[in-house]
Amino acid sequence: MVSERTPVRFYQVGSFAVGNRLVALDQRSAQSDPERANSLTSGHRACAGCGEALGARYALDAAMRATHGQLVAVNATGCLEVFSTPYPETSWRIAWLHSLFANASSVATGVAAGLRAQGRSDVRVVAQGGDGGTADIGFGALSGMFERNDDVLYICYDNGGYMNTGVQRSSATPPAARTATTQAVGPHPGNVFGQGKDMPRIAMAHEIPYVATATVADLFDLESKVEKAMTFHGARFLHILVPCPLGWGSLSSDTIRLARLAHETGIFPVFEAEHGEVTSSLPIRRHTPVEEYLKLQKRFAHLFDKNGEVKDAETVAHLQALANRNIERYALLTEEPS
Amino acid sequence: MTTKPFAITLGVGTSLANKTGSWRVERPVYVDRLPPCNGACPAHEDIQGWLYEAEEGNYEAAWRLLMRANPLPAVMGRACFHPCETSCNRVQIDEAVGINAVERFLGDRAIEEGWTVRVEHPPTGKRVLVVGSGPAGLSAAYHLALLGHEVEVHEAAPQAGGMLRYGIPQYRLPRDVVDAEVARIAGMGVTFVLNSPVEHVDVTMATGHFDAAFVGIGAQRGKNPEIPSGDAAKVLDAVSMLHGFEEGEGPVLGRRVVVYGGGDTAMDAARTAQRLGATETIVVYRRTRDRMPAHDEEVLDAQAEGVQMRWLSTVTRADGGRLMLEKMVLNAEGKAESTGEFEELEVDSLILALGQDTDLGLLDDLGDVDLAGGVINVDANQMTGRPGVFAGGDASGNAAERTVTAAVGHGARAAAAIDAWVDGRSVAPAPERAPATVERLNSWYYADAPRTLRPRLEAIRRRSNFDEVVGGLTAEDALFEARRCMSCGNCFECDNCFGVCPDNAVIKLGPGLRYEFNLDYCKGCGICAKECPCGAIDMVPEHH
Repeated sequence: MVSERTPVRFYQVGSFAVGNRLVALDQRSAQSDPERANSLTSGHRACAGCGEALGARYALDAAMRATHGQLVAVNATGCLEVFSTPYPETSWRIAWLHSLFANASSVATGVAAGLRAQGRSDVRVVAQGGDGGTADIGFGALSGMFERNDDVLYICYDNGGYMNTGVQRSSATPPAARTATTQAVGPHPGNVFGQGKDMPRIAMAHEIPYVATATVADLFDLESKVEKAMTFHGARFLHILVPCPLGWGSLSSDTIRLARLAHETGIFPVFEAEHGEVTSSLPIRRHTPVEEYLKLQKRFAHLFDKNGEVKDAETVAHLQALANRNIERYALLTEEPS
Repeated sequence: MTTKPFAITLGVGTSLANKTGSWRVERPVYVDRLPPCNGACPAHEDIQGWLYEAEEGNYEAAWRLLMRANPLPAVMGRACFHPCETSCNRVQIDEAVGINAVERFLGDRAIEEGWTVRVEHPPTGKRVLVVGSGPAGLSAAYHLALLGHEVEVHEAAPQAGGMLRYGIPQYRLPRDVVDAEVARIAGMGVTFVLNSPVEHVDVTMATGHFDAAFVGIGAQRGKNPEIPSGDAAKVLDAVSMLHGFEEGEGPVLGRRVVVYGGGDTAMDAARTAQRLGATETIVVYRRTRDRMPAHDEEVLDAQAEGVQMRWLSTVTRADGGRLMLEKMVLNAEGKAESTGEFEELEVDSLILALGQDTDLGLLDDLGDVDLAGGVINVDANQMTGRPGVFAGGDASGNAAERTVTAAVGHGARAAAAIDAWVDGRSVAPAPERAPATVERLNSWYYADAPRTLRPRLEAIRRRSNFDEVVGGLTAEDALFEARRCMSCGNCFECDNCFGVCPDNAVIKLGPGLRYEFNLDYCKGCGICAKECPCGAIDMVPEHH
């Protein structure tokens, strides 16, 4: 987190770039290490520019570093599982198992229980899934895992929809977004306002030891949250925003840019919470209006005219209001950037 | 009994078998673009290169890289008008990198530590005559010595340095700095023959058995316009005044001094007059401030020191203690025109700073040298019409700007051309490099400068170029300033491409070796190119 960033005096790119030849090796990111775990290796079948493939490697490599390689990952069904393990190939270089769409957290609970029975306190358990497997299909099992405070870190890679099955809406799809099941037609085109689930806040409501959000645009922040999560025992939840070029209708090269804009507009608040209370948030460095984020994505194209000018000012204002609410709720704009 | 481990129901292979590179329609390539600072440097320094070394605190390595282009870093760190900073991309983010201040730090550190340059090249046996020991001559002599040639510098004045010693006032350039950098060049085996004006280049070349010559005699003669002046009018020219002052003749200027002209020399003369006790120094210039040829910081410094400016005025007559000024107006083309309105001004002396000429007598015998326009006209390699005779600095016709930095650049270019010429080779033109423009940067990655250091930084900038009473940068500040460099257009090994690739298709080759793309797996998404902070990756179409 911010307070845990490398205490740089001034290092050219500080801790914003992946590495930095000017800082000591032990202060660099796990990703800058040529010997990094590469938990998810090359040859996977994710689309070009996949944010989820990137987010999964970032998170699991950090978890591998934090646990000295003693890690088991349980995967829900979803893009991540589909593109990484078409038989007979696997892209996983870690202990990995997949059972069903709905039961990743239950399986992880079982793995953790089995390890405890064997006295293996050194091996840690991660469960992971997309926003569909987390907020919709696996929601009941996950809530149970939280409620029992099982010793699992659950990571949700949120790309806002069911992407590999043809971009259907999930309960994490943002309002006004066009999907295959929320077409841009009628008086209120796209996904409706006022529905959907705010997973991090639902997790916080279980008062589990640790809840955090992150994006693929800020690696140091993401890695420090994985590392911090590993210092806790009990149920932990990490929600990572992973842009999807296919489902969002964005350029494959804009994946990180969009994740950055999601944070800098306030649309996706980056924060952490312990036992139900927010403890810190990542300040916005360059505050940006929501249009800049929306207009790069075809799923919001109906809000703009052909020249890229806002056409549906009311809807954009509504989305801006939601972003502003996040900024206020999580104090994302501070006078004194750390 | 199954051979498979428990709970694995299917035999698996690795996805490395799946070469996703075949999906690609564009491929990333690393490029090295020309950073604006390097592009703007008249001395062709690899500024970004030596800042890269300085960023890590490798000051000696930084200095040695700087010395490849310019043998006078401590001089340049004071006397250069740093077009590099004007063109720095960081201007668009916050403020330009204080390149000049770092250069001065490196130059001063080298003098302190006694760093020297060794000539590695075996002697060529060729002899080169250098006429004049100003920045152009010193630069030519240094580069020729590095290339193994025997160099003799002939200087008319009693001491080496040319305009560095006899033109630029001491408050801008202390003489011990000039001495130290000249001594280092002498230490490389360059012979300085002082008090030895060259009357005829061809004669000196023949008697001294020189294979080539470089003429860097500067523009030492003040232009003298026809200003009618009566008896007892004290009229001096700025160049002679500054030169004489350096040789110990303290000119008596009086209390009220008028300097006529609007260039850097006018500012030097005015500021020197202030220091010599003038209570009122007035610069008279026939056009307006924005049309003044003097560099802005010189004008600002002069004004800060109390020099007054009178725009749109010409001196029409000097008579005893009285000057007649005529008011001017600018016409549509921006030229000054007379108005017929006059004004009288009481003065003790008038200093003329209306440009400088070169005394070209030493080339009179060489009919094939083009001296049109009162300058030595040269080709792109600084060679005159006489094969083997080269020229540079203020005396040469291709001086876009008459500055110390341009002169150093000329000297270096001439040295390379002379080296080729005595060897019967032709000079290969430098390859064109596409510019590293600011739009190519992803500036989000550059850390903002810590607030606590800002005021110090600005103070450093304020003092770095003029007031020698204030010292240079501390090592800590130099390091800070060097690290503000964004390395525009050239990889500085930030690991971003290595980290942001969703396909692990970037190979990190190790410190100093940069990266390579693994095209077996690169899907061509272009994230690396877009997220490269310094714009050192291009996406180019694949041709299947």
